[in-house]
This record gives sequence, structure tokens and C-alpha cells, in this order.
Amino acid sequence: MNAIAVEGHPSEARIARRETLGQLVRSKTFIAGALIIAFWAICAIAGSAIAPQDPLAQSSSVLAGPGAHHLFGTDQLGRDVFSRVLAGSRSILTVALAATVFAIVCGTSVGLLTGYFRGAVDDVVSRLVDAVLSLPLIVVAVVIVVALGHSTPTLVIVVGILFTPLVSRTVRAAVLAERELDYVPAARLRGEHSPYIMFSEILPNITGPIIVEGTVRLGYAIFTVAGLTFLGFGVQPPSPDWALQIADNYTLLPAGTYWWTVLFPALAIASLVIAINLMADGISQVLER
Amino acid sequence: MARFLLRRSALALVTLVLVSILVFAAAQLLPGNVGRSVLGGFASQQSVDQLNHQLGVDRPIYVQYGSWIEKFVQGNLGTSLEYRVPVWSLLRTSLLNSLKLAAVAFVLVVPLSILGGVLAALRRGRLTDRVITLTGLSLTAVPEFVSAIFLILVLGLWLKVLPVTATAPPGSGFFTQVKYLLLPSLALVMVLFGYIARMARAGTIEALDADYTRTAYLKGIGTKAVIFRHVLRNSLLPTIAVIATQMGYLIGGLLVIEKLFNYNGIGQRIYTAAQNKDFTMLQSGVLVIAIVYLVATLLADILYSLLNPRIRFAASE
Repeated sequence: MNAIAVEGHPSEARIARRETLGQLVRSKTFIAGALIIAFWAICAIAGSAIAPQDPLAQSSSVLAGPGAHHLFGTDQLGRDVFSRVLAGSRSILTVALAATVFAIVCGTSVGLLTGYFRGAVDDVVSRLVDAVLSLPLIVVAVVIVVALGHSTPTLVIVVGILFTPLVSRTVRAAVLAERELDYVPAARLRGEHSPYIMFSEILPNITGPIIVEGTVRLGYAIFTVAGLTFLGFGVQPPSPDWALQIADNYTLLPAGTYWWTVLFPALAIASLVIAINLMADGISQVLER
Repeated sequence: MARFLLRRSALALVTLVLVSILVFAAAQLLPGNVGRSVLGGFASQQSVDQLNHQLGVDRPIYVQYGSWIEKFVQGNLGTSLEYRVPVWSLLRTSLLNSLKLAAVAFVLVVPLSILGGVLAALRRGRLTDRVITLTGLSLTAVPEFVSAIFLILVLGLWLKVLPVTATAPPGSGFFTQVKYLLLPSLALVMVLFGYIARMARAGTIEALDADYTRTAYLKGIGTKAVIFRHVLRNSLLPTIAVIATQMGYLIGGLLVIEKLFNYNGIGQRIYTAAQNKDFTMLQSGVLVIAIVYLVATLLADILYSLLNPRIRFAASE
């Protein structure tokens, strides 16, 4: 069924892919976002290896201001804020990425099924989805995390499941448009089975919206996980997680003196989510043209 | 119109029943024996059983659900396990406080983001458009407690133009209260601005490209009249729809913002109830939030259909 690539000549699909990549590289927002994400990803992988000091080590110089020895100052337990900011990208990136992958896999499957079969299943699932979505996401997440107890896998699964209906809604809409195209009835007349048509015929044609949804969803996952962590229902201490650093130190804020304990982790979160959104914007402009 | 309203309300009711089942099921997952967790490890088994019986948690689950809903409909939201007082007596004040905060945020964000979106659309592709669109996109992505930290630092501590707490001293007048609520609501505004402005921009661009706009220009009507009488009227419709969908976010955002500012709102109540496993407070609080949200979206839908005859007539056919 695929066009057979003639020896030495790249196939049409490959040319199209190369063109898309070329457009992405020329997109300034995409490059800006990708560079910042790359920086935080390196920090997440290298972790404490590149941090000048141990992010968990406590010292006697408590709440010292930014200076030569502690670039970003120290927190209430005398831990080096600069090292903690560098090491803090690991927890949020892994949790948010895992939750996003979970949501994309489940949401794509549900969206394909409901969009392809429609009928009663679609009605019931859509109603349930509406019911779940009619509650503020973070409220539902708090209730479930409290009920199941805190742990990183729980956090990933809860956020993943809550994002599943959002993904499935997008995928379903894309499937509804695709199933009207000639190649779907053609495959059916050829005698292909439904799972084959859904996953091998329709799925490759809707990768664009799914990729866009994935990057957008990653931004929301970070938003949600950071919010839950700030509330105390997400990543647990003593992790140098950014939201956790803010939660630990924000009560010192009204006094006005110890701003460095919250400003730097806040800037880190902001830079990461903005970078992801810039990248998502770049990708959607190229793919949804 | 009546049929449209009826169908829309019925739909909201079905959703509400589903939500109540979900909330109840989640509350049932809270681990442990309710009587034991209230009375503590040293209480005798007999008094634990007695309390469980008194609270009715020893009955089958569907009976418990039925009696919860029955009482809820009659305005009895149950007794808080933690404070041993009616849930509603605590929830009422909190809900009122939250509504105040949400109202300030709402009043700020709607005109601001519509103005931003329309301005971006009128200057499509130019610098103003890029700046507004990218600013909105970036602000939307940043979690509200992070934006709030920046706002507290810059406006509250460095420029000292706004108070850093949300609760005004008791007995303050209207304007003082609003002044105290500005900082927390600005954090919510920053998140919502991007969404609403994006919709307003898209709606305006669509209306600007439409045939009726060209016709209006060709008839010789001035630019201002074309924009106000033809473009805005059509472009603001999708914006109203998106404002309604963001009500859910607004209420969820309250959870985080109220904790950050230590403000006695419904989000703070639910947060404390979740932490202390006060499940009567938790399930009734969450259901109240769902009702507020559904009523808000219902009102928005009605407003939308009033402004858009196409929907009104299509539904009554």
C-alpha cells in the first residue's frame, strides 16, 4: 500500500517529513522554546552532577542572600538555592512527561474507538467525559490523590487519566473528519478489519493533531503537577522540586526580605512552561497549515 | 427558545447526577474507618461503632448515596466530621468570599482580554498582534501561584502599590475590600487573559474576512461603524462561549490562589477538608462547586442564544 521507494530516490513521505522539519527549524518560536527545554532536560538528566553543591545538603548559613558563595542564596535549611533550581527540573519533567504519554496513548485509543464506531458507545463516553470535565481538574485531582495516597506513580496516573478525555476529544474530532474520506470505505470494501483501519489507516493520517495535542498537553501537565505539588498533593519533600521550594518558602514572602528563596524557582517554572508553549505554537503553525 | 432552555437544563441535570456519583465514589475511596479516624486509635470499638451508626456510614453504599442526595436537595449538606457543625454554616461564608474574589477577577479579565484580542485582530500580523498573542500565550502557560509570586514581589513588596494579603481588615468598605482582592485576582486574570484574547482575536478575524464586512465597507460606512456594528457583534459570540468554559478553571484556580494568600474561600475549605479527610465537607463542597459551574455555563448558554438568533431559531424548529 505504501509507495515503493525507488532506489536512490527518497519516498514522498520522507520528502514531506524533511520539509516539515525544515519549516520547524525556520520557526523562531519553536527554536527558542526547544533551546530552553533542552537546557532543562540536560539539567534533569545530569541532575546533581552539574550542580555546584549537593541540592539536599543542609548548612549553617541559613537564608543567606545571593552572593559569590551561594549564587542564588540559601533557604531555611541552609541549602544552596542555585543547586536546587538546577536539580529541580528532574521531578517535574519526568512526572509531567510520563503523565502526558499516558494520556496520549489512552486518549488516542478512546478517541479512535468513539470516533470510528460512534453510536451508543460514543454517546455514553461523551456524557461521562462531559461530567468529568465539568469539575475543575485540580479539584478532582486533589480528591483522587487524597483517596489513593501520595506517590509518584499515583500522581502520573491521576493526571494521565484526567487528561485522557481532553485528548480523546481532539482525536475523536479528527477521526470524524477522516472517516468520511474515500480511503476508509475503500479499506472496508477490501475487507480490512476495524482495528486495522483504525490503527493502520486512520492513525497515520492524524499524527499532526496528536503531536500538537501532545505538546500542548505537556504544558498543561506541568501546570497541573506544579499546582498539585504546591498544594502538598504532588511531589514530596525533600525533593528539590521547584513548586515544592515555593511551597516551603512562600510564607516568608510578606516579610519581604527572603525573596530569593521563591523568585528563582518561580522563574524556572515560568521559563519551562513558556518554552513548551512556544514550541507547541511553532509545531501547530507548521503542522496545521 | 423554551425547548432549547428545557433541553439544555435537562442536560445540565444529567451531568450533575453523574458528577454527584463520581464525587461520592471518590469520597468512598478515602481510606479507613470513619468513626476510627474521627475518634482516634484509643477509642473503644463500641464508641467507634456507635459513631459510625450515628453518622450512617455502616449502611450499604447506595443507601448512603440516596440519603446524601435526598438531604442535599433539601438544603442539608451534612455535618462536618472535623468541626461537628453543619457543613453549610462554614461553606456559606467561604463560598461568598470566593465569589467576591472570582467577581473581581472576572470584571478585570473580560474587558481586558476582549480589548486585547480585538486589537490584535485589527493589527493582524503586525508587531502589536505578535506581542499580544505571545504575551497571552506565555501568561496562560504559567501556573497561577507562580504568577502570583511575581505579582507579590513586584507590586506588593518592591513597588508597594498593593497589599500582599487578600483579607481586608474586618469592617472595611467596598473599595478597600476590592483593593485587597486585586493582587490574588490579577494572578487569575493572567492565566485567563490568553484564552479569552485568543478567542476574541480569532472571532474578529473571521468577521473581518466575512462577506458582510466587505459589503458594509463597500456601502461606504465608516471604519468605526463597520467594526462596532458588524464585526464586534459577530466576533464576540465565540468569546462568550469560551468565557463560560473557563469558569471551571477559575474555580479550580481559586484552590491554589486561596491557599497562597491564606484566604478563607471555598477552595481553601476543600483543601483543608481533603487534608483532614473531612469527607462530608469534601463531597458537599465539591458538589457545590459543580453546581456553581453548571449554573454559570447554563447562564452563558442562555446569553449566547439570546445574542445569536441562529441558535434560538434552530432549536425551536
